[in-house]
Amino acid sequence: MTQSPYATVDARPSPLRRLLPPPPGAAGPRGSTLLRHLVLAVLAGAAVVLLTNQLEPYRNLQVARVCAFLCVTAGFTILVGLNGQLSLGHGALMATGAYTVALVQRGLDGRDLRGQWSVPLSLLLAVAVTALLGLVIGLAAARLRGPYLAGVTLAVATLVPAVTTIFTGVFNGEQGLPFPVATPPAFLGAYFQPERWLAWIALLAALLTMLLMANLVRSRYGRSLRAVRDDEVAARLAGIHVARTQVLAFVVSAGCAGLGGGVYAVLTATVASGKFPLELSLFLLMAIVIGGLGSLAGAVWGALLLVALQDLPALLTEAFTLPGGLAQRLEGNLALAVFGLILIVVMLVAPGGLQDAVRKATARLGRRRPRPSR
Amino acid sequence: MERFLFLTLDGLSTGAVYAAFALALVLIWRAARLVNFAQGAMAVATAYVGYAVVAATGSYWLGLAAAVLAGLLLGALVERVLMRFVGHANPLGDVIVALGLVLLIQAVLGMVFGNEYRPAAAPFDTDGLTVGGITAISPYDLWVFAAVAVVVVLLALLFTRTPIGLRMRASAFAPEVSRLLGVDVNRMLTVGWALAAAVGALAGMLVIPTGLGLHPHAMDLVFVIAFTAAVVGGLDSPVGAVIGGLLVGLILSYVTGYLGPDTTPLAVLALLLAVLLVRPGGLFSGVRARQV
Amino acid sequence: MHRIARRGLAAAASLALLVGAAACANDEKNAAGNVPGVTDTEIVIGTHQPLTGPAAPGYARISAATKAYFAHLNSKGGVNGRKITYKVMDDGYNPANTENVVRKLILDDKVFAILGGLGTPTHTNVLEFLEGQKVPDLFVASGSRSWNQPDTYPTTFGWQPDYTVEGKILATYVKQAFPGKKVCHFGQNDDFGRDSLLGVEKVLGPVAAKQTYTPTNQQVGPAIGALKAAGCEVIISATIPGFTALAMGQAFGQGLRAQWVVSNVGADYTTLSAQLGDKKAILEGMIGNYYLPMAGDSADPWIREYTKIHQRYNGTNPLDGNAIYGYSMAYTFVQALLAAGQDLTREKLVDAVEKGGFQGPGLTPFRYSADDHSGYSGVRLNRVQGGVQSYFGATYTTDDGDGEVREHTQPPVTPPADAVPAS
Repeated sequence: MTQSPYATVDARPSPLRRLLPPPPGAAGPRGSTLLRHLVLAVLAGAAVVLLTNQLEPYRNLQVARVCAFLCVTAGFTILVGLNGQLSLGHGALMATGAYTVALVQRGLDGRDLRGQWSVPLSLLLAVAVTALLGLVIGLAAARLRGPYLAGVTLAVATLVPAVTTIFTGVFNGEQGLPFPVATPPAFLGAYFQPERWLAWIALLAALLTMLLMANLVRSRYGRSLRAVRDDEVAARLAGIHVARTQVLAFVVSAGCAGLGGGVYAVLTATVASGKFPLELSLFLLMAIVIGGLGSLAGAVWGALLLVALQDLPALLTEAFTLPGGLAQRLEGNLALAVFGLILIVVMLVAPGGLQDAVRKATARLGRRRPRPSR
Repeated sequence: MERFLFLTLDGLSTGAVYAAFALALVLIWRAARLVNFAQGAMAVATAYVGYAVVAATGSYWLGLAAAVLAGLLLGALVERVLMRFVGHANPLGDVIVALGLVLLIQAVLGMVFGNEYRPAAAPFDTDGLTVGGITAISPYDLWVFAAVAVVVVLLALLFTRTPIGLRMRASAFAPEVSRLLGVDVNRMLTVGWALAAAVGALAGMLVIPTGLGLHPHAMDLVFVIAFTAAVVGGLDSPVGAVIGGLLVGLILSYVTGYLGPDTTPLAVLALLLAVLLVRPGGLFSGVRARQV
Repeated sequence: MHRIARRGLAAAASLALLVGAAACANDEKNAAGNVPGVTDTEIVIGTHQPLTGPAAPGYARISAATKAYFAHLNSKGGVNGRKITYKVMDDGYNPANTENVVRKLILDDKVFAILGGLGTPTHTNVLEFLEGQKVPDLFVASGSRSWNQPDTYPTTFGWQPDYTVEGKILATYVKQAFPGKKVCHFGQNDDFGRDSLLGVEKVLGPVAAKQTYTPTNQQVGPAIGALKAAGCEVIISATIPGFTALAMGQAFGQGLRAQWVVSNVGADYTTLSAQLGDKKAILEGMIGNYYLPMAGDSADPWIREYTKIHQRYNGTNPLDGNAIYGYSMAYTFVQALLAAGQDLTREKLVDAVEKGGFQGPGLTPFRYSADDHSGYSGVRLNRVQGGVQSYFGATYTTDDGDGEVREHTQPPVTPPADAVPAS
């Protein structure tokens, strides 16, 4: 995965070169990018499924959470890394997807419509609703740049608790909505681990997202995204509709965030506004930057980081047994301090993110120069 | 009408503290072209220093001076030790380092001082004065207004009347040219960070007595609101920051008073959209560089 | 490329076969087993608490006290020869973290029970999971009525008096002590404020004015201004400590001199005065309520015992209402464990709590029964006078429905030796 050509961060963009068609051979023989990605996805999927069979329930939930976050980070890294639009409000988009799933699931359950089809259906609706919201935000965002866009999206991030409290009748305030759990189908056997089933659902969503995003990145539209990021004027001169490209990027990444949020909700069968605080939006941004901005492999690192961040406090609590007073001061705080330090150190040592660092390291090991970025 | 007047005065007095903090954000933007997401956490850290000195000496004013001094040092330190080494290879590198710094500062404060509210004394009476049947503005609010006004005037003088102010502006807008003209751009950056953090420290000392007290997260909300205020005003303009701060304070007060406390985030977003869709660079933005 | 694809597909197919073979291998052995978290020498239990973040102040001290109590208990030989290990997980008051740490506690650490999970929005989100896993979910640290749903959540129990019970009792007192005065309500914009107002209005009818705040908006000036404009003379306040201090400070600044009657959630004098510092004088005359021995009452036998434990195991924290809460909840838990017997199982623990009948340290009886999972049945009022918060008047009990508010005349029980329940 580390060798995939789409997983690169360009230090020196060359705007006009990006507009040209790819050199022959770069997109794979006979342009069968889709097939190659499909094979990769199936292999990765099978490997993870195999892994989930060996895991205890809680580890499977961790795998599932990585997959849910991967849906979000994959779309998000395309918006920020490939298209250069900053969003501090993707947590709110995740919340939109999560609440959509909860409301659809509750609605179906209330009408006695149950079955294995209900989860995919509600996830699909989550994508649609969130993409629509992304369209609205994207329309406003296309006019804004840099910190001004950051300011608006930051305001969006703070909306979740407000909206759920104002429309308490629909969203049940900060207590949130429980909905029926996604249970494994009967043919898997009575003793089939429910957490494994959840991991499979999340895995499927993540693979689908990665597949679509990988193809999008390599498509003509992917090149337009980069062209707009690198130089709006040049992109316009080349006939790219800048605003439309930007709005579409927002819609795509919102759809992914909606899917991720929806899956995230399915894992715990509850939603609540407190799960989507401003910090979540900021952590999502940290994850894709530390992972490697604009790279789908970096998005995988980012998703792993987000789950690690959630689990770090518990790990540290167990690793150290300290005397009462000191332990109380360190509990929780230590994990945050460690994560803060990691962020700073990674940015100073490897500004291209983990994926970039790995790529350089493997290139050095293989006594090769890094593959020239296309 | 009485309610309206009351809410207006209430909004102006809370707006003034947002304005003070927005000023700090504008300063750093002008000096380094970046939004310092760690500004809030840095201000809290300096406020802890300030109130430690207040506790030790019994003098608020010594504590305030200590906080501002700590701000100058912390700002210079952060620039010299961290920000200088954030490469430009990653457009969001400084944002992420700043966010990392937020986590680090808040965690260290929690470890050293505990995650508790600590009382933050105000130097003046916080009880409102009654004028014409309305009780709203307190002597403390008047002190905040005065402090913010003095900072604005001092900054205006610094940037327009002193050589160092001119050099700071020059190195932010055109670092290469400034370097050619013999300006020590790196030093100007350090000065800019130090100044911004000092103003942030002052703002922190002004804000914290009006809230829940001293706490590692005491400035989280203030940062979000002040950032909004700075964006509304236009990040390049100190006057914009003050106007933006007061405007946001007023809107929050009216909305809280008339519609309830839950609706404020919606109102803030509406204000941002209303301003930015008409003027994408904020109320007091300069001319856009280029447009096709 | 096609070769790659073919090879890939072949590999995938063989992987899929392996998957099918391995799928159910390790599941069936997990189905049976001993009681999780219980050995002959140890009981492992867990909890989720806000140790960091904006909700940490005050609340972080509850689990510290509970932990200290168990350390004390273990030094005296534990319960039926078993020592208690209390795993405290930080959730930062974020429900997403709550769900994660609770799943880790149950699935990974295999704890026997959850004790004192803190917060309404946080704990609400793990109810379904705990019910599905049949884990005893004892003594949720929140006064929401959600914990009292024995049909839906048979293993979940509340502990503190719920907000409606408290609201009814506060209103009854206000009706007697301040007849004819304009009574208003100031509350948090969630279950806490709503349930409290419900209880108040059950007794008083509609209040003269009601205002709310949201914890993420510290601008309480407009709400207090509205209460002042309405001419409120008595304000019943369902607020967390930070906002009690903020609201009372605002009211004082605006010249609103009303009688504050505050929920026990936000009425702890130690916490409030620490936050207000020099301005703590405004707390004089504040009426609050509580259901456990008062921290400042050094003559109380429970406080004397707690002080010994506190000095030995929890000296870095103040002995305040939060600490008393932590000690007392741990005490009730040990009572329940003893009642469940030597041969401990999850079902036996739940049955023991449903049987109820635990005495002390609270002033009122518990309501526990097979169809009532709510905790203490009432509160007693207290008042701040000369910088000391102490009880006055009668202890009241009631329910969260339309039951009347009664005086509870039975005197509180005294603690056993070392405040360790005897078997």
